[in-house]
Amino acid sequence: MPEPLIFDKSQPGQRAVEFPPSDVPNAGPVLPENLLRRKPPRLPEVAERSVVRHLTILSRENFSVDTNFYPLGSCTMKYNPRVNEQLSGLPEFTGLHPYQFDEDCQGTLAILWQLQEMLKEITGLPGVSLQPAAGAHGELTAMLMFAAWFRDRGERRTTILVPDSAHGTNPASAAIAGFKIVQVRSNEHGLIDLDDLRSKLDASVAGMMLTCPNTLGLFETDVGEVAKLLHGVGAKLYIDGANLNAILGVTRPGDWGADALHINTHKTLSTPHGGGGPGAGPIAVAADLVPFLPVPRIERGETGVFHLVDTGHPKSIGRVRAFLGQTGVLLRAYCYLRRLGARGVRETAENAVLNARYLQSRCPKDFATPYAGDCMHEFVLSGTPLKKAFGVRTLDVAKRLIDRGIHPPTVYFPLIVDEAMMIEPTETERRRTLDWFADVLAEIVAEAKADADQLHDAPHTTSISRADEVRAARDLDLRYTWDEAK
Amino acid sequence: MAYLGNPPDTQKDMLAELGLTRHSELFRSIPESLRFKGDLNLPPAETEMDLVRHVRTLAKRNRPAGDTVSFLGGGVYDHFIPSAIDALTSRGEFLTCYTPYQAEASQGTLQILWEYQTMIAELTGMELANASLYDGASAVAEAAMMAAAVTRRRKVIVSQTLHPESLACLKTYLINTDLEPVTVPWKNGAADMETIAGLLDDETACVIAQTPNFFGVIEPMEKLSEMAHAIGALLVVSVDPISLGLLASPGEYEADIVVGEGQSLGLPMNMGGPSLGFLATRKKFARQIPGRLVGRTVDHHGKACFCLTLQTREQHIRREKATSNICTNEGLMTVRAMLYLSLVGAAGLKEVARLCAAKAHYLAEGLSQIKGFGVRYAAPFFKEFVLECDQDADRVLARVAKHGILGGVPMARFYPQMSNRLLVAVTEKRTRAELDAFIAAVSQ
Repeated sequence: MPEPLIFDKSQPGQRAVEFPPSDVPNAGPVLPENLLRRKPPRLPEVAERSVVRHLTILSRENFSVDTNFYPLGSCTMKYNPRVNEQLSGLPEFTGLHPYQFDEDCQGTLAILWQLQEMLKEITGLPGVSLQPAAGAHGELTAMLMFAAWFRDRGERRTTILVPDSAHGTNPASAAIAGFKIVQVRSNEHGLIDLDDLRSKLDASVAGMMLTCPNTLGLFETDVGEVAKLLHGVGAKLYIDGANLNAILGVTRPGDWGADALHINTHKTLSTPHGGGGPGAGPIAVAADLVPFLPVPRIERGETGVFHLVDTGHPKSIGRVRAFLGQTGVLLRAYCYLRRLGARGVRETAENAVLNARYLQSRCPKDFATPYAGDCMHEFVLSGTPLKKAFGVRTLDVAKRLIDRGIHPPTVYFPLIVDEAMMIEPTETERRRTLDWFADVLAEIVAEAKADADQLHDAPHTTSISRADEVRAARDLDLRYTWDEAK
Repeated sequence: MAYLGNPPDTQKDMLAELGLTRHSELFRSIPESLRFKGDLNLPPAETEMDLVRHVRTLAKRNRPAGDTVSFLGGGVYDHFIPSAIDALTSRGEFLTCYTPYQAEASQGTLQILWEYQTMIAELTGMELANASLYDGASAVAEAAMMAAAVTRRRKVIVSQTLHPESLACLKTYLINTDLEPVTVPWKNGAADMETIAGLLDDETACVIAQTPNFFGVIEPMEKLSEMAHAIGALLVVSVDPISLGLLASPGEYEADIVVGEGQSLGLPMNMGGPSLGFLATRKKFARQIPGRLVGRTVDHHGKACFCLTLQTREQHIRREKATSNICTNEGLMTVRAMLYLSLVGAAGLKEVARLCAAKAHYLAEGLSQIKGFGVRYAAPFFKEFVLECDQDADRVLARVAKHGILGGVPMARFYPQMSNRLLVAVTEKRTRAELDAFIAAVSQ
């Protein structure tokens, strides 16, 4: 720990923020004694300078897109434009209360309405809800809508199909929506095994959740056929839009026959990841699902006035959170799309794929490529040859990359690839960075051959060496206790 | 396009190295029949300069509560935000990093989250807290599912004094599960203890209540706690974190799961999002907690450090058997809350809470002096109360709006039969002059 805990910086009586004395007369205590707190919370007592220094020092312990190459597969760590930050931070936006009258919020509602329209166009689907707070929240929302759609028809369908290469959120979201999960195999090309899919299709299947391009970075060439097969038994196709960056303006899920998908604004639409949020997970759906979208809806009246509408949608699944959604995040997504336009949107996908394809061609052949197809925006290497030859695991490679100032790729995912390393450079990186990354990988391979121990102990340059995660889970230490204070 | 990493010539060179001439050849694996022909029908690209102009013009069509004298509440409040929060959270190292899965490259975020967990645990009087959920409403739903998993029981008793949007969210989440939410209508603006007592049985997983409740009333939590525990059910509480500067902490009345909306802890109102759901509980339930947890451990040299822990509860490991589907949470908003609580401290938090309570009571008293107006419920309240009017609440709002005052949330928005009622919230930012102006405007 390069920086002490904020609790250890506490000095009794120290203050950063003070409030003015009460300017209203108080005739005695306003609340009965028995309702009051007996033991005050132990919060740090620190000056503003201490807080600013603490955070600034801690900030140096983070890798970030602003400071490091971050080829984290399926996370789309693209550059986050600062104009989005500046505009979404205008007090006219940040100072709005969710229960103001519609006429006080016309600027924000106009932006959000237009964002909905743009997302419809990009996805090729006619209905959008901006309410979900993140991708997994969007998945859950859509699964609840599938269930509601079948219930409305008097059908009870119990099963959601999920490929073995799926993100963990897919089965988790479907399970919370009350579905049983049945796994569908990938074939030797890393794509959905249509025969396996056919064998699992029957009248109990409500739908399938498919990531396309999939988590191997491959386009599911049979996605149109998958949609037809599902629709043939009355089931629906959900697209996990985590990898939408690869296909913007090139192909649209609505045109494949998809019934619903989510968009991760913090991946595809350049809103910052913020250390794991806030994100937003708008969903787009086919016409027959529109009545089931959550409330509130953003609607445009005949006179061009925008309304936030809670009522009059009897088939809606209701709310999946309070208020409208992650408004501040959605404003950033709007700014991004307005900067791009149709051409910029397509160029984004083209360059995301170009950078990935180029980097794949430059990566050392000492790693295996388990699935050979043309990669889209990301590709998956396997470290199995290094493990077999030198006892160096993908985890070692990942940690050694940290020493070189590179955030590791996504590792050990997808689960169907041994020693997986999933690499997504994004469109915002320049060629020299890609070349450098490939060179660093080659150097690490050379190190594996020469001195594997150096890799087992990596990273060496960070303020801590490898964290003992086993101990963290065994001896749970989730908070400060004041016994340890000196 | 300004955000691309390579200019057109470099792109061409890269294509050539791949043996390609055009970008479209990159997409050969997409069947021709599925390709989109032509250009998307999107608004034309704007330069940064044009975008700034256009968005600023749209922004002027908003009339933010932050610029007015606002008495709006109902879950989002106009509290003071110390300036250091914006300054620090706009740092790229916090703004543009990912979920801290790689501990060695994320000690900054991890330490802050661990400090945040500690502060939320302290504030709620609980043993531990998670690293955030989406918002206060979905946190209620997560808490209900967690209580069911802990107790292996199905019935969820909810007092209807809960925020109506939290209640709606809970119902949406539970509709296809085997959990059975039972809603109990209020009595005199508070939880109906007799009815709840009658419903409690050995199938009850938890009782859910909010305090101060949606009407601003402080609920009799100790009694609810005793009743729930007597039958082996858990007590789930949704709280306003600011109220805990003054009011009994959930730990003091032995709550089992505490959730809430953290917007009051240094987040701008932002029309309701990004929000911050928090969850705190007992140590013995750690393995049933939804969402991420940061633990302190040591590195290979024995040096103290932090990492994500108990990940086997989570979706990326446990898949359909995970405690929740949540992945991305509200990372940067926890930094704001951690900063708020550090900057304000326990003394500051108590001052804020006292100011809110004193000013709310002063306003309630003043409004009650006006003929035809009064506080609807006699029970103790904190910073928010329901104002009963002798006329349609919208008329009152229109009248005070002429003086630049947002007079509260019309209750008819949630309960059509309450067209004469306003939910009025008072924060530490309101001055006596503003309160007097509100009273004067109502009495006109």
